[in-house]
Amino acid sequence: MRRRFPPLAVVNCLLAACGQGGDDAGTESAAEENVVNVYNWTDYIGRSTIADFEAKTGIKVVYDTYDSNELVETKLLTGRSGYDVVFPTATILARMARVGVFLPLDRSKLPNHANLDPEILERMTGFDPANRHAIPYMWGTTGIGYNPVQVQKALGTDMIDSWAAVFDPAIASKLAACGITVLDAPEDTFEAVEIWLGNVSYNEDLDELAEAEAAVARVRPYVRAFDSSQHVEMLASGGICVSLSWNGLMLQARDRGASAATPVAVRFVIPREGAPMWFDTAAIPADAPHPDNAHAFLNFLMDPQVIAAISNDIRYANANAASLPFVAQDMRDDPSIYPDAEMRARLHPSATRSQDYSRAVNRAWTRVKTGQ
Amino acid sequence: MSKPFLLGELLAWIRAHGPWRWASQGLRARGYSGRTLVTAVPYLWLALFFLLPFLIVLKISVSEMQLAMPPYQPLVSWISDGVIALRISFENYLFLLEDSLYWKSYLNSIRTAAISTVICLLIGYPMAYGIARSPAAWRNLLLLLVMLPFWTSFLLRVYAWIGILKNNGVINNLLMALGIIDEPIVMLQTNFAMYIGIVYSYLPFMVLPLYTAIEKLDQSLLEAAANLGCRPVKAFFRITVPLTMTGIIAGCMLVFIPAVGEFVIPALLGGPDSLMIGRVLWEEFFNNRDWPVASAVAIVMLFVLVIPIMIYQRSQGQQLGAHR
Repeated sequence: MRRRFPPLAVVNCLLAACGQGGDDAGTESAAEENVVNVYNWTDYIGRSTIADFEAKTGIKVVYDTYDSNELVETKLLTGRSGYDVVFPTATILARMARVGVFLPLDRSKLPNHANLDPEILERMTGFDPANRHAIPYMWGTTGIGYNPVQVQKALGTDMIDSWAAVFDPAIASKLAACGITVLDAPEDTFEAVEIWLGNVSYNEDLDELAEAEAAVARVRPYVRAFDSSQHVEMLASGGICVSLSWNGLMLQARDRGASAATPVAVRFVIPREGAPMWFDTAAIPADAPHPDNAHAFLNFLMDPQVIAAISNDIRYANANAASLPFVAQDMRDDPSIYPDAEMRARLHPSATRSQDYSRAVNRAWTRVKTGQ
Repeated sequence: MSKPFLLGELLAWIRAHGPWRWASQGLRARGYSGRTLVTAVPYLWLALFFLLPFLIVLKISVSEMQLAMPPYQPLVSWISDGVIALRISFENYLFLLEDSLYWKSYLNSIRTAAISTVICLLIGYPMAYGIARSPAAWRNLLLLLVMLPFWTSFLLRVYAWIGILKNNGVINNLLMALGIIDEPIVMLQTNFAMYIGIVYSYLPFMVLPLYTAIEKLDQSLLEAAANLGCRPVKAFFRITVPLTMTGIIAGCMLVFIPAVGEFVIPALLGGPDSLMIGRVLWEEFFNNRDWPVASAVAIVMLFVLVIPIMIYQRSQGQQLGAHR
């Protein structure tokens, strides 16, 4: 999952007429037209998923991609996006579902819904009561990726298992020389800090936010960069040694590091204090031109073999319990992709924030980064 | 000035033959002519592509944020039959005053743009001078070289700078291979990289107007100055610079104005502490989803830019008038 990387989002914006959405084929056409307009994250679907769907149903897929939640949120809030299926992160979904952006799903058209993981569906109800507007697609965690060789040199141990590696000035100062990066994603990073500080209530307490801000400010001198994309390559090439990041990105860094000319070891850990957990969902905009085809597409995505093939390609855990036997063995056994039950109990779904609190978080983040 | 061709002739024909004859005579009596129509085109263009978007943004900037589609409250609402309520809120503008972030970002953007403009001028003037004074056969080629980068996407060129400046990029690898440095110099995500990006991207906009101005310069004036014993440096500052001032101003405007609102280059090349108003605007719009405050930021930026330019143009106009 590529979340919230403003520069790339800008690029997308400039290339594809920002904000003013869609104008895609089918905005005005009748629902009978045999097309479904899908708007998904980049690199977030299986290699043959679309072709398989077209072969099976005869519905043509018009496929379009984005790389930030902000982009899809702005398009949907502007209205008449022309899309039939979108993949917002649950926190964004919750905010938009409240103002009627999404169509309530018709379960009678989604027989495969029974394949979904009840535990994840239950956690999703915090965002989407009764799972009315969306199906969970993929999920993951925010944790720490690190280079065990360099960490051994800096700390005398090659194991990191706590947020203290990033947020405790005593430890972070030792790691500063080999390089720490932190996601440039205010809400995700503050959630991690709050878990470290033990304030996981998410009750939007501004004093707790100030405490979290102070905690990040204390380690600010030891953070080399606030970055949501380039740190993957930096970690994989040994340019930095510790990254607060999403598991998917860290698995990419691990794969790249392993296949480099001089291999670089990268590990991902969900810290023992717990970690934020995110879900990406699939939903249908209320003004979707082809709602029937959109339901057919969602149902197809909940087919165990289909979603397992997608997971195998993009290396993210899906939310489909029945798909597990079809997921590659090395992924199933990897606790950084599919954590065991004990670890899953320590994951905290990211919360949807109120407008005022979200503004306060973003403002605090700017203060941490720029000192203003 | 000659009569505007084609359109003017067409109008003449309509005047002579068409049923519009009476009307057009009436218009002409009031001082309208084909020329009015021709000059109306740019005004129409401005109204359509500047004034209209400006009014829309202005409207959003005085509304209040709400979670809805679109995410702001309508200004005009029907309360009951016959009663229309108009809500105009200046809270967004007051909000910009409350938080020092905004005026600091404005100042920082203006400073960044001003420094970039000066660097562009210092590099661009000798370039333009060199091109204008080179043999006529070379000039077109040199000008072509100035414009050649436009054939590639602006974004790709900025991305190329990432490859050049990063820790294991072209420059650092070269310096390390030569043994000049042991540790890579951190250049990417610094102000240095941001200035390189801005100056690189906007340099052609400085060179082209300067070239036009310098090329028109009457060489015999410099010869006369030399004959009268003026040294080249003094002649440059007393003759060349004043006579090419229009080019300098045009070039500086073309660099300064877009550089103030620049967002892409600081985002890709600048450091996390580079505080630019374009970035603040982005964050208001996309991260805070607060279209009204984002619109207010944009409107204020427009006035911060437009008013000094208008004052300047006025004084320029008066000076020109005085010279006549």
